[in-house]
Parts: sequence; structure tokens; C-alpha cells
Amino acid sequence: MNKIFLLYFLLSLTIPCCIFAETIKVGNGQAITSIQKGIDTAAPGDTVLVAAGSYRQGNITINKPLVLQGLNYPALDGEQKFELISIHSPYVTVDGFLIRNSGHSSMTDISGIKIYNTHHVTVINNILEENYFGIYSQQSKHCTIENNRISATSIATELSGNGIHCWKSDSLHISNNHVKGHRDGIYLEFVTHSLVEKNTILNNLRYGLHFMFAHYNSYINNLFRNNGAGVAVMYTRHVIMKQNRFEDNWGDAAYGLLLKEISDGTIEGNHFNGNTIGIFADGSSRIEMEKNTFKSNGWAIRLQANCMDVKVEKNNFIGNSFDVGTNGSLVLNTFKNNYWDKYEGYDLNKDQVGDIPFRPVSVYSMIVEKNPPAMMLFRSFITSLLDKTEKILPSLTPEDLKDDYPLMKPLAL
Amino acid sequence: MKKIIKYVIADILRNKIVIAYTAFLLVMSLSVFNLEDNTAKGLLSLLNVILLIVPLVSMVFATIYMYNSAEFIELLVSQPLKRKTIWLSLFAGLALSLSLSFFIGAGIPILLYQPSATGIMMLGTGLLLSVIFVAVAILAAVTTRDKAKGIGKVILLWLYFALLFDGLVLFLLFQFADYPLEKAMVAVSALNPIDLSRILILLQLDVSALMGYTGAIFRNFFGTHLGITLSFLTLTVWCVVPLWISMRKFSSKDL
Amino acid sequence: MIITSNVSKNFGKLKALDNVSVTCNKGECIALIGPNGSGKTTLAKTILGMVVPDSGFITFNGKNILHDWEYRKNIGYMPQIGRYPENMTIGQVLDMMRDIRKSRDTQTDEELIETFGLHALVNKRMRTLSGGTRQKVSASLAFLFNPSVLILDEPTAGLDPVASGILKEKIVTEKEKGKLILITSHVLSELDDLVTQVIYMQEGKLRFHKTIEALHADTGENQLTRAIASIMSH
Repeated sequence: MNKIFLLYFLLSLTIPCCIFAETIKVGNGQAITSIQKGIDTAAPGDTVLVAAGSYRQGNITINKPLVLQGLNYPALDGEQKFELISIHSPYVTVDGFLIRNSGHSSMTDISGIKIYNTHHVTVINNILEENYFGIYSQQSKHCTIENNRISATSIATELSGNGIHCWKSDSLHISNNHVKGHRDGIYLEFVTHSLVEKNTILNNLRYGLHFMFAHYNSYINNLFRNNGAGVAVMYTRHVIMKQNRFEDNWGDAAYGLLLKEISDGTIEGNHFNGNTIGIFADGSSRIEMEKNTFKSNGWAIRLQANCMDVKVEKNNFIGNSFDVGTNGSLVLNTFKNNYWDKYEGYDLNKDQVGDIPFRPVSVYSMIVEKNPPAMMLFRSFITSLLDKTEKILPSLTPEDLKDDYPLMKPLAL
Repeated sequence: MKKIIKYVIADILRNKIVIAYTAFLLVMSLSVFNLEDNTAKGLLSLLNVILLIVPLVSMVFATIYMYNSAEFIELLVSQPLKRKTIWLSLFAGLALSLSLSFFIGAGIPILLYQPSATGIMMLGTGLLLSVIFVAVAILAAVTTRDKAKGIGKVILLWLYFALLFDGLVLFLLFQFADYPLEKAMVAVSALNPIDLSRILILLQLDVSALMGYTGAIFRNFFGTHLGITLSFLTLTVWCVVPLWISMRKFSSKDL
Repeated sequence: MIITSNVSKNFGKLKALDNVSVTCNKGECIALIGPNGSGKTTLAKTILGMVVPDSGFITFNGKNILHDWEYRKNIGYMPQIGRYPENMTIGQVLDMMRDIRKSRDTQTDEELIETFGLHALVNKRMRTLSGGTRQKVSASLAFLFNPSVLILDEPTAGLDPVASGILKEKIVTEKEKGKLILITSHVLSELDDLVTQVIYMQEGKLRFHKTIEALHADTGENQLTRAIASIMSH
């Protein structure tokens, strides 16, 4: 008997919250109608179950580890005044709420759900509508933001916050979220070792995904469509970008992917479809672009002359207006084994590699670079004639920007 | 007038060159639409056909027809007919039949495969270009007595509109690279119906984003109803002015 | 009926017509003769309004023809070389001209079409026709609308003797109806039995305009050819 008691006692020490966890029902039709009160009465490790319905209860602050669970998406309305859920404790889960109409402020970043200086928080299965910021992680670690649908309908960037905003955080896992209509879909600043995957990010005003000084992160299998620009990676090192789709980021100064002052990145297996500029790389170095597909973009890649050691290998370039654009004659990057649909060479030895090099920079794109109004002659007879002559006798285009081993057939990607 | 137009059209439509031209356009546009996996791209491939082939064929054919009809014109002039009537009928006959060729050869495929704003714009500008270059050609023909000279003249004119003008624009752009020329380019484009048509079609295709600041300026101007109306007015002026000059020349021409 | 007053026309340096004044009246058959390049055809064309004179004016029934076109309803013109839209058939050309010139008060004169046997050829395209057949079409068209003035430019050139005979007969019968007929020709002999007056031109100038009787009397020659030759040698 004593032995058994002792065992129970020891077990209760090792798993303090799970076994004795209680479920507290709050909300409409329950004994406790105030959600905050429910949280205050709950012990660490409890589950606070919120009944369906609509709540205008201002800010809800969670300062102990617990699960805040919504039944049938109870709607928390911030009346455009409050931050709805503030999390100050580790091991908190917020699951299944409809969170809308947070306050707006240009001084503090009011959010739908905000995680303050903590760790192991999970925000899952929520719907966020018309909030200033959607989900905000501030100086937090090991948080999971998963399966949320975040939307807003702002028309001006200054009136809109970001869908998922992470600042000085580490080891985040952001997956399967839908974000649309915010300023940036997902914004990472001073965030490290995080994974962004399988998100769908549409129609945001500025960038779909925005990195600032955020090193050692990966984003994989995301869809970025019709944002001001797809993804902007700025002042960042060691970013892995794989299997994403960048689509229809179309407009003046719109990009699929903007690389600014970044180094040591991997861009692999992505699809760039119908963007004004597929990849715009400025001051970037040691980037490997491999096995990507560039289709129907204005420019597939604009590689500014200040980029170094960018390797462009085994990509497909199909139906782009311009394959590669650059602004100078210095080329410190390599192009190899790509498929270019504009390649008109031949393959006598049948090794599937063209025998003469391909120069992806057209003379007309160089002309436009120097003299933008020349764009008036876009798709005119004279420019195609210039391009043809230049192919035979290169004189204006950078001598070294060429693919010496162009493929004859597109890669299966 | 209607009677003469009727006969001119009946005559031209039986002409082998016109039939070949129609067939060429038809084969071209059908293959373009069938080969490209994306019909918007098909339109772009068709763009050059419309901007180069249509003016060339319209001009050369109209010129040759005018020279070959010298005796017929003489016959008509000796009849109780106003010269104005004769000239307008010949013009209308040529313009209508070449437009019809274009409509059958390119217009119907466009309407079948791409009945969008772009397609309609392409069809509209193609028809207008046919008419404009008939007007330019008959002006060249009426001012030049010698057939070989006349044909040489229209080929030069075609080269000018299709190529040299753009070369000149490029040259000027580099000469005046220090000045903001984006807005001036809108005006410059009005000086060449081929450029104007190209820009109108490209803006419908929404490639203006590619065209940067110039594109934005163009879109601000050509994208509005006023801009489109003005552009089409300009194109109409391009039909009317050469026609009017040629008519005056013809009224006092000795046959 | 037709009066040209001091009509001059230059083609570049060439003086095609130099101060030409002639008066042509009803019921006459006037031969417009002269060497090649003497201005015969140009004169005919100025009367038709196809060539606009540099100076001088022309009246038709008392009205200045400048900027007028309706007077041409009264003129049938047979050009030197009749060429027509190549793809049209004879029938279509005839129909077209009927179409253009038809008016209620004129009776068409289809005599030449019949006597030339053009009815059998109505479905032939113009490009397949011989020069002679084209001339037959041209002649038929000139007479088709019963005009009061006929201007025939080298009418018998290229016609076979039979057709030529038919045409001459037609000219005579029309003249007798009181029409004015102007014929340009450099083959003088064929005009002998037709003409009542002769206009002789050289280097754009009118050398003389005389009735055939006066010409015969002046020269003592009965044949037109010789009469002219005699004048030229004086």
C-alpha cells in the first residue's frame, strides 16, 4: 500500500499537469461567463473550454500553462480596441477560436494573439479576421503556429500589420497557415532556426514572407501568390528555400523572390510562375539556385552585378520575356546545365548538352537597363533584330554571363 | 459609289494573292493557337504577324492593285462619275477586302481562341492597320507614276514604319538619355501607327508592369477610356490624312 | 457643242498641247490626226476631263467642264488600249457599266454587242481575251449608252477587217443620227469614207481644222492620205 502511494507520488511529480488536469467550462450558458475569470481560476495544466458564441470581453491574458480551447469557434471580438489574447506563460495552447477586430495602434503592435517573452506556446486551428497584427511572437522560443486562417482587408500598408509577425524568436514552427490581405503575410525579424512550411500566402499588400536579419531558417513547400512581392529575404544568412511556389506576383517592382544582401542560401525546387521578376538578387553571395522552374515571368532572374558566387544550375527557363537581366558587365556568377527555351544551338554529339554556349542576357534588356524609356520598343521588330544580331556577334552583353552547357531538353521538375 | 465598291471587292476577292494572304493568316493563327499551350502566348506570337505582315501585305497589294487598275481607273474616269467617288470607292474596296481577309484569317481564330479584351484589341488594331496602310499605299501610288518606283516606295515606307522609325527612336533615346523622355514617348508613339498598335495591345496583355516607369506612364495614358479613344482617333487620323491627300492628288491627276 | 479655247498642257518639258482652240459641232465626224506624240490623245483626254489643262478652258454645250462630271453622260469613249479588271467576265464588265451609267431616259444600244458576237463570250474573263476582243468590248461600251458625242481613240487598231468594217458602219449610222464623233488615228486611209472634218495636230499645236471638202479643194487630192501629205510638204 505504501509502495503504491509512493509510486503515485513520484509519478505526480514527474508529470505534474497531465494526470490531475481538470477541464473548466466557461462562456455562454456556463457558471463562469468571463473567459478571463475561467483562466484565473484554472490551475496550471488545466483546460479552459470556451463555449460557442460571441464574446466582447476585451483583453484575455494567460499567465499560466494551460490549454485554452474553443468549442465551435467562439468569436472573440476586440471591438477595434483591444489585443484579444496575450500569452505570458510557457506551455500554453490556444486552439479553435475566431478572433477578430483587434485594436489598431501605431505605437504598440496590437495583435489578435500575442506571445510575450516565453517558450513552447502553441497557437493552432484559429481563425483571425480583421486584426491589426494576426499572431505575434515576441522574444519567444519553440513556439508552434499551425493551421490558422488569418485574413484582413486593408487597402493601405500603413493601416495594416503583418499576418504572422515574429521578432527575436527562435526555433519556431510555422506551418499550414493561410494568410491573406495583411501587410506582410509572415514577417521574421531576428528570428533563427525556424521552419516555415506548407503555408498558403495570398494577396498581401507587401511581401508574402519577409526576412530581416533572420539567419538559419528554412521555408519549404509554401505557396506565395499575388502578393506585392512573394518573398523578401534581406540582410540574412543561411536561408533554405525549397519547393515553394511563387505565382502571379505581378506589378511594378513586384518580385517572386527578392534577395537583398544575403549570403549562403539555397534555392531549390521552387516554381516561379507569372511574376514580373522571378528572382531579384542584389548584393547577394554564395547562393545556390538549383532545379527551379521559371515560367512565364517578365524577368526570370535579375542578377545585379554586385552579386557573387551565385550558382544557377539545372533550372528550367520557359516562356519568360527575359531570362536573365543584369546591370553591369562584371559577372562573378556561374550558369550551368540549365534548360533555356530560347536556346537555338545544336547538339551534334547527342549528349543532351548544347554544343555552343547560351547567353541568357539579351541586348535589349541591357538597353532597357541603361535607358528605361526604351521599354516603349518592347516586342518590336527592331529589338528582336538587335537580339538576333547580338547572339551572332556579342558586343554589348556581358561576355562571361553565359551557360556553357545548356541542356537540350527541359528537366523533369 | 456602292456599285463601284461592289465591283472592286468582287474583283479583289477573286485575286489569288488575297486568297493566299487569307490562307496564310489562317494557317499562321491556327497553328500559333494550337501549338502554344497558353493562348495568351499565342496572341503574343501573333502580335508580330499583325504588326509586320499586315502592313506589308496591305501596302504592297494595294499599290500593285492601283497600278494594275490604271486602265480601269481611266475607264471609270471617262464615265460620268466624280473622281472623288472613284477614288473613295477604290480605297473602300481595297480597305474592305483586305480587312475581310484579315478578319477571316486572323480575326475568327482570335475570336474562337481568345475572345478577351486583348483579342478584341488585336482584332481592332489589325483591321485599322489594314485600312491605314491601304491609305498610305494609295497615296504613294498616286504620287508616283512608275510602277516599279511606286512599289519600291511602299517597301521603303514599310521598312520605315516597321523598323527604321524604332531605330530612330532608340537613337534619340540615347542622344537625350539625360532627359526624362517617358512622357514624350507617348507622343512619339502616335507618330507611328505600328508602334501605337503594339503598345495598345501590350497594355491589354498587362505587360505594362514589365515596362517599368515607362509602362506606368503608358498605362496611365492608354489604359484610360480617354487614352484608348484618343489612340483610336489617332489611328483614324492615320487613315484619313493620307486618304485625303491622295484624293486631292487624284482629283487633279492626269490620266 | 465642244469648244476648246486656248488649251495648253505641259508634261514636264514636253508641250503636249500648245494653245489649242477648236470648235466641234453636232453631226460632224472629225478626224483628229497627226504623227505619234502630236497631242491627239491628250486633246481627247482633256475633253473627257481625264487631263486637266494648265491654261485655257473647254465648254461642253456652253458649260465649262472644269469640276463638272455630269456632262460625261453624253460622251462615249473608246480608249486606245482598253484594259479592265482582270478577274471580271465580259458580262460583268458590261453589267457594271450599265449599272454605273443607267438612267431612265436613255435607251441602251446593244447593237455592237450583238454584231460583234460578244453574247457568246459573256462568261470569258477579261484576262483571257485577245487585244482585238478587248477592243470590241471597248467599242461596244462606247456606243452602249447612246451618247451624243463619241470619242474614239484609234478605234480600228487591233481589230480584224470584219470587225473594223462593222465599227465603221456603226460610226456612219451614228453620225447620220446627228451625233458628234471624234476619231483619233494615225492610220489615215481607213478614215477616208467616214470623216467630214479633219483636225491636224503637230507637236501639240493645231496645224489646221478644215472640212474634208475644203481640204480636197485646197490640195486637189481626193484621198485623205495624199491631201495631208501634200499639206505637210508645203
